[in-house]
Amino acid sequence: MSRILALLVVGVALLCIPLLGSRYLVDLTTEIIIYALFALSLNVLIGYAGNVSFGHAAYFAIGGYSCAILLTTYQWPLWLSLPAAVGLSAGAALIIGYFCVRLTDIYFAMLTLAFSMLVWSAAFKWYQVTGGDDGFIGVRVPTLLEDRMAFYYFALGVVGLSVAALWRICHSAFGRTLVAVRENPLRTGFVGIDVRKMRLAAFVVAGTFAGIAGALFAMYNRGMYTESAFWTESAQVLIMTLLGGMYSFFGPALGAAVLYLLEVSINQYTEYWPAILGTLLILIVLFLPDGLAGLAQKMRRSRKA
Amino acid sequence: MLQISRLCKSFDGFAATRDVSLVLEQGERHAIIGPNGAGKTTFFNLITGHLRPDSGTVEFKEQSVAGRPPHEIVKRGIARSFQHSNVYPRMSVAQNVQVGLIARQGQAFNMFIAAAELHRQETGELLELVGLIDAEHTAAGDLAYGKQKQLELAIALAAAPQLLLLDEPTAGMAPAETVKMMQLIGEIVAARGLTLLFTEHDMDVVFSLAQRISVLHHGEIIASGQPQEIRQNKEVQLVYLGKAADAKA
Repeated sequence: MSRILALLVVGVALLCIPLLGSRYLVDLTTEIIIYALFALSLNVLIGYAGNVSFGHAAYFAIGGYSCAILLTTYQWPLWLSLPAAVGLSAGAALIIGYFCVRLTDIYFAMLTLAFSMLVWSAAFKWYQVTGGDDGFIGVRVPTLLEDRMAFYYFALGVVGLSVAALWRICHSAFGRTLVAVRENPLRTGFVGIDVRKMRLAAFVVAGTFAGIAGALFAMYNRGMYTESAFWTESAQVLIMTLLGGMYSFFGPALGAAVLYLLEVSINQYTEYWPAILGTLLILIVLFLPDGLAGLAQKMRRSRKA
Repeated sequence: MLQISRLCKSFDGFAATRDVSLVLEQGERHAIIGPNGAGKTTFFNLITGHLRPDSGTVEFKEQSVAGRPPHEIVKRGIARSFQHSNVYPRMSVAQNVQVGLIARQGQAFNMFIAAAELHRQETGELLELVGLIDAEHTAAGDLAYGKQKQLELAIALAAAPQLLLLDEPTAGMAPAETVKMMQLIGEIVAARGLTLLFTEHDMDVVFSLAQRISVLHHGEIIASGQPQEIRQNKEVQLVYLGKAADAKA
């Protein structure tokens, strides 16, 4: 019950933010909800299927670049560009995932990293299409969405629908089976489930929703840059997920918000953000293995007890 | 129902299964016994797809299953339990069984159907059957060892198998639990008309449950027959029963 209430409060707050009249706040919130979706998508792989990916930025970047290129270079309308971009992310996840799920643990993680570096190289070198290291600048968005506030509501709608879809997926028969795969892959094979295929399905779901986040990001930013495909971006979304808590559905969204706000506020005082990020990561791993959501759960339980 | 012919498997030159042949009739209760390291678990792993045989055939209902992956073999109707309890420790007892039911109904890839209430009734029935209904919300990892073995049985039954393979179903159980588990297995197998192949260390369990017994020694079947014949077989007494008797004496 308290969770539904919290969700309602967050929902209403998100709807009301533009009414406060601060353009800065609207921009900040847009970025946060996009990253929240990105982190939630990664958690399908990490928290549910139990496969740590070090290359999740690849699907964010593919979604972003595809959407930018289709909208701008090919002048496709949004209603075609967005689904096509998401479809391309899903397709890439299917192809890359096909190879990655043959491996497990650190080998799986390394292969996801390797593929993401290939995607980054393509973005970096394929100058004519992606703009190379200058970035893809001047993404054409529909006139209606040029207004920041209008775009905010558009992004909120897309993210809201995506999160609802992810929630359904994670709490479905498929989601339950994914948890079984995470907890005991060997046993899961012996109850009659093709574990490799399950992991591939999770990989594609994660890539698809990362693609949606990436497409929104390209439109919001009116551009797409190679950093979005770089491994540091994959590391950042991984940290968001861990910080928020991978064993909670909404944990990664919380992690995205907290990390983003921390970065913005700390950057005002010091240029040593990476050092602070590193310290934070050490603290999470040592003291908060289940993230902020795990901490909240523990506190709730101890209050009850 | 199950026809195994000249099955072989070696690990780095060590022959764990040598030329094993075995025929199981529908409804038969067959025990595989043998000293530690005789190759009982390897034999199970070969039948259930965990290991790929080097040579030989495994036919279930006249179809070859040798070398097929475990999930396919389960779908054909062979379910198993493990010697060391092998459950989902962080999932609830009910969820452990539910996963088996989801798999059997082919719903593992269904992303739309909500898991919360799914197969609640059948999960309850299976837990009732193995005597775990009171623990349905407990995390499986928090169950006592003996209860985890009961849960294993429920998970295997969720697959609605025709052939049930139990790898030492009472291993690690207290004597009183062992008796109860034995009765339970006997009842379930009879009620559901299952064919049972099991390995076991406890000779009381073996002789009370099995209609036929095969003795595995150094990866080979050295004797196969009814419990009475096995008891009287000189070679068996030498390699196995004799030793056990010595140990007891």
